[in-house]
Amino acid sequence: MKIPTQLRTLTGGQAELSVDEASNVRDLLGKIGTDHPQLTERLLDDNGEIRRFVNIYVGEEDVRFLDGLNTNLQSGALVSILPAVAGGTTTADF
Amino acid sequence: MARVEKLECRECGRTYEAAPIYVCDFCFAPLEPVYDYGSIATAMTRESILKGPASIWRYVDLLPVDPGTPRVDIGAGLTPLLKAGRLGAELGIDNLYIKNDTANPTHSFKDRVVSVALTVAREMGFDTVACASTGNLANAVAAHAARADLRSFVFIPANLEQNKVITTAIYGGNVIAVDGNYDHVNKLCSEIAQKGEWGFVNVNLRPFYSEGSKTLAFEVAEQLGWKAPDHVVIPVASGSLLTKFRKGLEEFHKVGIIDAPPHTKVHAAQALGCSPVVAAIKAGVDVIRPVRPDTIAKSLAIGNPADGYYAVKAVNETSGMGNDVTDEEIVSAIRLLASTEGIFAETAGGVTIGALKKMAERGVFAPGETVVALITGMGLKTAEALTGRVGPNVHISGDLENFEEEMRLLSAYE
Repeated sequence: MKIPTQLRTLTGGQAELSVDEASNVRDLLGKIGTDHPQLTERLLDDNGEIRRFVNIYVGEEDVRFLDGLNTNLQSGALVSILPAVAGGTTTADF
Repeated sequence: MARVEKLECRECGRTYEAAPIYVCDFCFAPLEPVYDYGSIATAMTRESILKGPASIWRYVDLLPVDPGTPRVDIGAGLTPLLKAGRLGAELGIDNLYIKNDTANPTHSFKDRVVSVALTVAREMGFDTVACASTGNLANAVAAHAARADLRSFVFIPANLEQNKVITTAIYGGNVIAVDGNYDHVNKLCSEIAQKGEWGFVNVNLRPFYSEGSKTLAFEVAEQLGWKAPDHVVIPVASGSLLTKFRKGLEEFHKVGIIDAPPHTKVHAAQALGCSPVVAAIKAGVDVIRPVRPDTIAKSLAIGNPADGYYAVKAVNETSGMGNDVTDEEIVSAIRLLASTEGIFAETAGGVTIGALKKMAERGVFAPGETVVALITGMGLKTAEALTGRVGPNVHISGDLENFEEEMRLLSAYE
């Protein structure tokens, strides 16, 4: 999972984190959360939903267009986190 | 930067030094420049504005740049506010105005925001500016970068139509064609922007860039005789223009340029094929559901708008409305505006006028109320939307007799 610069203070400066196995995005965040609880707190709100200004991608696709946190992960999947303002806007032209 | 010392998170209020950062480290929410309105109120008067340049820079006191900074300026702003008598009569609105932002240097309102962003970029010491865009923003960035002697990179999808490439590439900067669709280009750019080496106008310069949109509100108020309108109809893509228009009116009151607190109802207009903001307004929720855009109004086709949440809030707080229009209605509205007022708008303008028409039909505008519609970009940019829709209505052989015969037939129809 790729970590944006803004959150790297919570990962000891690491730009990428890996887990051995995760079936979906929720599972991945849960596993990462055991070592980095503050990180998941920034990504998910009190109801366990993705925060308003956070975009999570599996490969090139925003998970809001897939199954959200239930989006399945294949072996070797790359998950990225980006601030919503930065992109993730599905635009044809702006 | 004398004018703006800090950026403040819109959600949690954490403050940051004025720098090329664009989201709060903590909650990822957008950042806003913090102004000292007290000192601005002393410096800025109607007279000081009137003495200023005939461009957005007459409002420099409320822009996030040092007044002494050399400006990146090719004349954005102070575009005409036209009393639209014929269109008004057609729609039953007796006090209608068109803010014609097609009159900007690269023919869209993006010149306002880019002029501000590149001035700030230079202040911050960037030698390279960039954006992901295939349209109005790309044109404005390439043109202003040329004028400012800044290196520029405009990222576009590789399969873009030729005329859109030309209107950017002509200015001589780098145009990077990326394999993939717009989403891929945008994601790539946000990753490059993370490195922080370049000034991405709508990413790491966004808190400064988006402030340029306020100048539309300043001008409308000035041109109405230092008054806020009763209604404004604004096309929505990211939602930033709408949010900043409202902010501009409020600031004008805060620093004493307009007397009464703005009472303007702010209305959002979107194409039905990409209406996440209008859908949220209609549903009475503040959560934006992202959509896959499918509309001819490509300059508004942002399915997951960055400032959508704030646009919904601004509309609701001002008792405005959300309106969506079909592609067919967009084309009719473009023709209606052109044929009544002589203004050829791009598809986004068709969205605005289409929404205006719907609201007029529903009786939203009371007699005598001042209504302003923002036309943010010019028609040649999206001429393909009219292919096969307009053309010659008479075809003659070229001799006078044939011409006169056709004219007799034509007048028989009129």
